[in-house]
Parts: sequence; C-alpha cells; structure tokens
Amino acid sequence: MSNIPVELKYAKTHEWARMNDDGSVTVGISDSAQDQLGDMVFVEVPEVGQTVDAGEACAVVESVKAASDVYSPVAGEIVEVNDGLADSPETVNQDAYGGGWLFRMKPGSAVDLDAMMDSEAYAGFLEAEDH
Amino acid sequence: MGQKTPLYDEHVADGGKLVDFAGWDMPINYGSQIEEHNKVRTDAGMFDVSHMTVVDLTGDRTREFLRYLLANNVDRLKESGKALYSCMLNADGGVIDDLIVYFLRDDFFRMVVNAGTRDKDLAWLQEQSAAFDVAVTERSGLAMVAIQGPNARDKTLPLLSDAARAFAGDLKPFFGAFDGDWFIARTGYTGEDGFEIILPADEAAAFWSKLRAAGVWPTGLGARDTLRLEAGMNLYGSDMDETVSPLESALGWTVAWEPADRDFIGRKAIEAQRKAGTQQKLVGLLLVDRGVLRNHQKVVAGDGEGEITSGSFSPTLQRAIAFARVPKETGETCQVDIRGKLLDARVVKPPFVRNGEAQIDL
Repeated sequence: MSNIPVELKYAKTHEWARMNDDGSVTVGISDSAQDQLGDMVFVEVPEVGQTVDAGEACAVVESVKAASDVYSPVAGEIVEVNDGLADSPETVNQDAYGGGWLFRMKPGSAVDLDAMMDSEAYAGFLEAEDH
Repeated sequence: MGQKTPLYDEHVADGGKLVDFAGWDMPINYGSQIEEHNKVRTDAGMFDVSHMTVVDLTGDRTREFLRYLLANNVDRLKESGKALYSCMLNADGGVIDDLIVYFLRDDFFRMVVNAGTRDKDLAWLQEQSAAFDVAVTERSGLAMVAIQGPNARDKTLPLLSDAARAFAGDLKPFFGAFDGDWFIARTGYTGEDGFEIILPADEAAAFWSKLRAAGVWPTGLGARDTLRLEAGMNLYGSDMDETVSPLESALGWTVAWEPADRDFIGRKAIEAQRKAGTQQKLVGLLLVDRGVLRNHQKVVAGDGEGEITSGSFSPTLQRAIAFARVPKETGETCQVDIRGKLLDARVVKPPFVRNGEAQIDL
C-alpha cells in the first residue's frame, strides 16, 4: 500500500504540500506518484525567485520511463529548491516526503491548503484512479 | 485485459507491473527497472518474450523462398542451427519487420518475428510463400525465455536436460539447436551473452522458477528496452517501419547485395535509393547537457531537422542516449529540443555498451 502521511495535503496531480511554521509551503510528489513513475533519473527544479501560479507546471521529474510535469499547488514565489536532486534524483524514490522534496515557496496571499485533499481523501482518490 | 503468456502467474507472483504491450499483459518491471538493467549487465536476468511470434517454415523450397523474402541472404547459413538477422521488406523497400531466422535443415527454417507485427507478418508470409509451396506454421503453443548477462549461461546450463547440457555449453554465438521440444539458442537483445530458449508452454513456469532459484533476476520490458538501446539494436515500430528503408535505419549492414543476381523483395527500390543516396540516416546521440532524451524529440542539425526515434537514460553510462533520424549532412554535433530548450548532443556510433563496457567516449 501507498504511504500517505496524514499531516500533508495532496493534489489530484499527485503533489504533496506541507505548511511550514514560517508560513512557507514545501512541495514534492507523493509516494504513489514516484512508484508509478519508477526509477528517477533527472529532476528539473524551478529557479529561486521565480513566481508561479497555482496549477502552473514548474518542475519536471523524469524517470527512466517518462517525463512528468510537477504543478505548483498554490501561487507564490519559489524561495528554495532541492539542488541535491541534480546528483541524486533517486532520493525522490527513496524518500518522497523527506529528502525527495522539490521546492519551497512563499505563498502570494493568505494561502489556503484546505482546497487540497487530506490524506484520507487522497487515499480514496488513488483507489478510484486505480479502477 | 490482454493476452496472457504462460508465465503470467509468475509475473504476478514476482510483483511485476503489468502493462499492455501489443495486446499482451507484460511486466514493464518488477520494482526497479534500473536494478534489473544492471543485473543483466553484471550478472544474469531473464525476460519473458513469449509474446513474440515463432513461425516454422517447412518444404523443399524453403531456402529458395527465404532467399527471395529477406533482404539478408540465407545462403550465409551453411551450418545447421546458425541464425541470421534480417529485415523483411515490401516492394517499396520499406521494413515490414525485422526478424531472426534459424537454419535447421534445408526443408526447415524457424523464424522469430515481433509481437506487434504478427498479423501482417503472417499474412505476408502466407501470400509470398504460396508460389514456393512452403508451409507457414505459427507455433502458438510455445513460450520463450531470454536469459542474458555475463553469468546467464553458467546459471542456465545446470537447469537443462542432460542432452541439452551436452551441446548448449558449446553453442557458438548466434547458433541454436533442439533438445526434443526445446530450442536453445545463444542469441539475445541486450548486448550480453546468454540464451534464448523456446520451450513448450506448459513447462515454462517450472523453468522460470528454477531460473529464479538459481539467482537469475526477473527483468521487465522496461530494462529490455534500455539494454537493447545501449547495445545499439533497433526496435521495430520506433526506429524503423514501412515508411523507411534499412539504409535509412542504420541497417545497411543487414542487406546482402551480393550476389547481384539474387532477386529479393524490395531490392529494386533500395538499390535505386543506394544509387541516388539516402537523404537521412539513423545515428546515435549522447546528450552533453543534463536531461533525458525521449522518443519524438526534435533534433536540430545545421539547417536541417530530425527526430529521436528511441531515447532514454542509459543506466550503464549514467547519461541520456538515443537513436535519431537526421539529415544525411549531419556532422558530429546537433541539438535536441527538450521542452523548448535546445540542448547540445554529440553524434556517436552505436553500440553504446557491449558486454558491460562503454563503447563510446563520454
């Protein structure tokens, strides 16, 4: 079964988002997404300072199988990116919710992650997608 | 649900991720494609290739028929068991399929063709064979397992019958021989040593289990694709099809022009093309910049444009590699359009990897 931490929020496009204490949001792809994509071989992260819209494709994860866009779950400014993935993209497979994070952003306005799915809803979403 | 090979239950038990491939439910990987790829390069992996089509050709004029049917010349096959790789062309010189044909007796050749082209291949074989009174028999009750890697033969030999063990260890590369209903060949599609074994469907699962117990890794179609790409081997439907000739597909070496009076299907068309010169060629690419080459990416070469026909990340080289069809003038470098950015690539001569070793400068 897929690992779906309860403290995170999820998008239909399989990103996860974590609200940090300082109001910033960390984004990655779910364990289910990395499992579907397979062995990661290349990750392209956005640039620090770049502003993105909610739903905008701003990163790419490439597995040996295929390239897949990563969509920003909220609008805001990219404040930090996971540079380490350039040399070890497999971290996304090994630790999707930890070391495999992709970027951290400062949301533009009072951000509402409530529009995203909680872990229970995402589990249901995965199950429905599977059938 | 697609068709199931005799090893379907083994794939499920081994945790294989099943996908549709030419109408068959086939394992794309059993967890990690890269791990499976590396096992084949360093140890031994096994592939279920039972979806491929085995066709037996029988009749006194079989050799004569194949001399006419194939762009390569079966007269190169003098010793029983010897295999030949060839394209089967249409009258326009387009590639209907690529295949392996084994010479067994002058009235018996065995052919292995692709799964995705089964129907049209069989129809073509029936149509063309009629004038030669050759019987075309699809052998659907068989399974096929490829065991590949530096340790593949050593791990497989003890699992064969005494009779097979007596000859299989001495098989030369690109030879095969029968052991009762089993056909054991020293061939493959990975650039490594190994066997391809055609066996009765109802014996396949037990053989697979024995191989697994001997430490041969189940390996999916994903790794099969990266292995063959590294090995510089074309994939039908991606690198060539009926719209291109072997000369535009880096397969000129498989066309037997001599003797000049051998009439084979497509000869006139590709002879004219050879004389006039082809406008495009299939080359190897190594991406210099970071990124991954993928099928159908646009290639920019001087004033001309081309396209990647097979692109992937090479687990052995840890770099992106590809085959691309480019204008004939293309020199030593080109650029590839990856998501709107033009990245630098080097034109290289495949194979990229053979017997576990890089064959190109990185």
